[in-house]
Amino acid sequence: MSSWDLWWWVILPYLALVIFVVGHIWRWRYDQFGWTSRSTQLQEGRLLKWGGPLFHYGAFAAIAGHVLGILVPESFTRWLGIPEDVYRWFSSVGGTVAALAVIAGVAVLAFRRTTVPRVRAATSPVDWLALILLAIVIVLGITPTIGVNLLGEGYDYRRSVSLWFRGLFAGNPDVAAISHAPLIYQVHATAAWAILAVWPFTRLVHAWSVPLWYLWRPYVLYRSRVPAHPAEPGTSGRRWRRIGVRY
Amino acid sequence: MKVMAQVAMVMNLDKCIGCHTCSVTCKQTWTNRPGTEYVWFNNVETKPGAGYPRRYEDQDTWKGGWTLDRRGRLKLRAGGRLRKLLTLFHNPDLPSLDDFYEPWTYDYQSLTTAPLSDTFPSARPKSQLTGRDMRPVHGPNWDDDLAGAAEYAATDPNLKGLAERVRLEFEHTFMFYLPRICEHCLNPSCVASCPSGAMYKREEDGIVLVDEDRCRGWRFCVSGCPYKKVYFNHRTGKAEKCTFCYPRIEAGQPTICSETCVGRLRHLGVMLYDADAVLDAASVKDDKDLYEAQLSVFLDPHEEGVREAAARDGIAHDWIEAARRSPVYALIKEHRVALPLHPEYRTLPMVWYVPPLSPVADAVHATGYHDDDPDRIFAAIDALRIPVEYLANLFTAGDTAVVERVLRTLTAMRGHMRAKQLGDPVDPHLLERAGTTADGVEDLYRLLAVAKYDERYVVPKAHAEGSGALMAQHCSLDRPGGVADLASHDAVDPAPPALPGLTAPGGGSHFRDSDGQVRFNLLGWNGSEDAPGLFGAEGSAP
Repeated sequence: MSSWDLWWWVILPYLALVIFVVGHIWRWRYDQFGWTSRSTQLQEGRLLKWGGPLFHYGAFAAIAGHVLGILVPESFTRWLGIPEDVYRWFSSVGGTVAALAVIAGVAVLAFRRTTVPRVRAATSPVDWLALILLAIVIVLGITPTIGVNLLGEGYDYRRSVSLWFRGLFAGNPDVAAISHAPLIYQVHATAAWAILAVWPFTRLVHAWSVPLWYLWRPYVLYRSRVPAHPAEPGTSGRRWRRIGVRY
Repeated sequence: MKVMAQVAMVMNLDKCIGCHTCSVTCKQTWTNRPGTEYVWFNNVETKPGAGYPRRYEDQDTWKGGWTLDRRGRLKLRAGGRLRKLLTLFHNPDLPSLDDFYEPWTYDYQSLTTAPLSDTFPSARPKSQLTGRDMRPVHGPNWDDDLAGAAEYAATDPNLKGLAERVRLEFEHTFMFYLPRICEHCLNPSCVASCPSGAMYKREEDGIVLVDEDRCRGWRFCVSGCPYKKVYFNHRTGKAEKCTFCYPRIEAGQPTICSETCVGRLRHLGVMLYDADAVLDAASVKDDKDLYEAQLSVFLDPHEEGVREAAARDGIAHDWIEAARRSPVYALIKEHRVALPLHPEYRTLPMVWYVPPLSPVADAVHATGYHDDDPDRIFAAIDALRIPVEYLANLFTAGDTAVVERVLRTLTAMRGHMRAKQLGDPVDPHLLERAGTTADGVEDLYRLLAVAKYDERYVVPKAHAEGSGALMAQHCSLDRPGGVADLASHDAVDPAPPALPGLTAPGGGSHFRDSDGQVRFNLLGWNGSEDAPGLFGAEGSAP
């Protein structure tokens, strides 16, 4: 294991995780006002009608697939009695369906964000960074799913990438496993860490605000008038701006 | 019965001259920020007209407000909770910015920096969304004063069923202004539509607000409100709406739109209502019964029993007294001349309108008669169906009988006061035909015509006795309920009930602290009453 490997596959992932956790705590406490999906449906709706649901539902399926493929050990599926062929067939077909939905959604959304002036004007620099990273992760995630596992001879990432990934959470990452994986998996994993690191500082935080509580809560909410603390200078987070001040 | 209080508004449409002063002062106060260029918490629409956003009243398209399901239970017209969550990524009922308008400014700088030339320089319109050149095709008042009426007024959803006749009788055309703010409904569908639970109705004064820190920009409030009075700030990604100028209301001042109203047509006052009766009232079967149903929710503050129940439910004494003097209550419940806007949306709105007599008077005038002649106006109310049916579509879900009764009352008031002031003989049948009395119309006249500032705006101050502790945040206040006692801030306590006998006299020298103790305020002491705690107990050694 070279020091390069150690840096790239152990230190950077843990650094990204720390930024992810600490960044979210900071953002939650400091910037409730900026915590939003930052929807641009008001500016443009016709493309979003297709791109938005395709991307989000595809992404949900892809996340479920990652949980199945990376967090669940191979020994567990074998213990259940699922043969390797069946697993690979299921994951490549299911993954391909999810991948097609995501890629179609991303294509529509990327077209929308780059070519519709109203939407482009509503995009902040850090949003561009997150969206570019997201595009890299998605393209490099879909290419092996379709190119290698569905059409090609297949690659058992559960014996390399998964071992290293689960090892990170066990405090014992298997660096050799990931450093010998194909380059495309390595770049995919690296871009994923990069996304985690920028996540708390972008609109991606809206992912943690899926309002499931809405299914149970009463329709009309009452609140009592609570006098608020006047904020200490410099501690009040983001708020409404005067005219001429950029967000 | 649970008594709650709400600060409500009534607008007398006969006095609106369409000057837009309310809209401008409101905008200067609340929405002069980037992202809110197109946001008008208060706007004034010409009726008939398309409205703002265009055709917002067409709920077949926008699916705002409530409706009844097959079993007669109230449900959101846009669909249930699960449906909302499944359409989180694209709200099918959201109006586009083009249904409002693309905000723009002008390239004013080019007027001063243009080089010398034979032609005048011009300031070109620039989009405030993108900064690019644009051609304005719609604005907040594109059809002001019936401009382009053939195209715009004809699209007014309230003309459904009578559009053909209006077009045919265009020379008899009628027009009036409709100033609109958020209705601060008793049964707000925007609050019910918000998946994040960021919107709420305030317990103390009924004002519906958005918690900007909890809004996550899912934008269902925008489509859920049938009046389209919740807006999406396209720069912050958060919902914003009319606040009923709550900082002013808390201080006992009228909203900025009321304060600056040139025609003095707005009335503000407290309404007591039974919160337990709201759901049933909003669920009555026939749309036309909703007006009466909402009236039945309001409680009479002149009744001893209601006042006792209100005090029991924690409504402060000065608020109950304010409810007795409320001009809004008088216009809505006593004189019954104020009507809700679109009760068929089933949100039980709390900004009501005295319908205008002027369209009918105009119609009489157009036929060559004197528009002050009550007989002619009575006849016109019966004969000229168009204005009455139109007003009924706006205010009573199409029930023309209610609108006719209100217009008769207003006509009788005019005729009676005219006769009285000119010393003419008073027609005894005039009031009879309108089903009112001389005392009644004279009181109504006083309210609508001569009421001064303090009679039009009866707004009790918010009870903020406990908030003093928060202002002193730099002091060490780590007693229970103090600043440093963080646990007490998380709990949402109702305001402590007012102390009987301690509120009005003595200049407010007593107040209940947030720890529940009665304390003495030297500044409010009138020097003659008891001053507990100031001099120590009588006879006790220091």
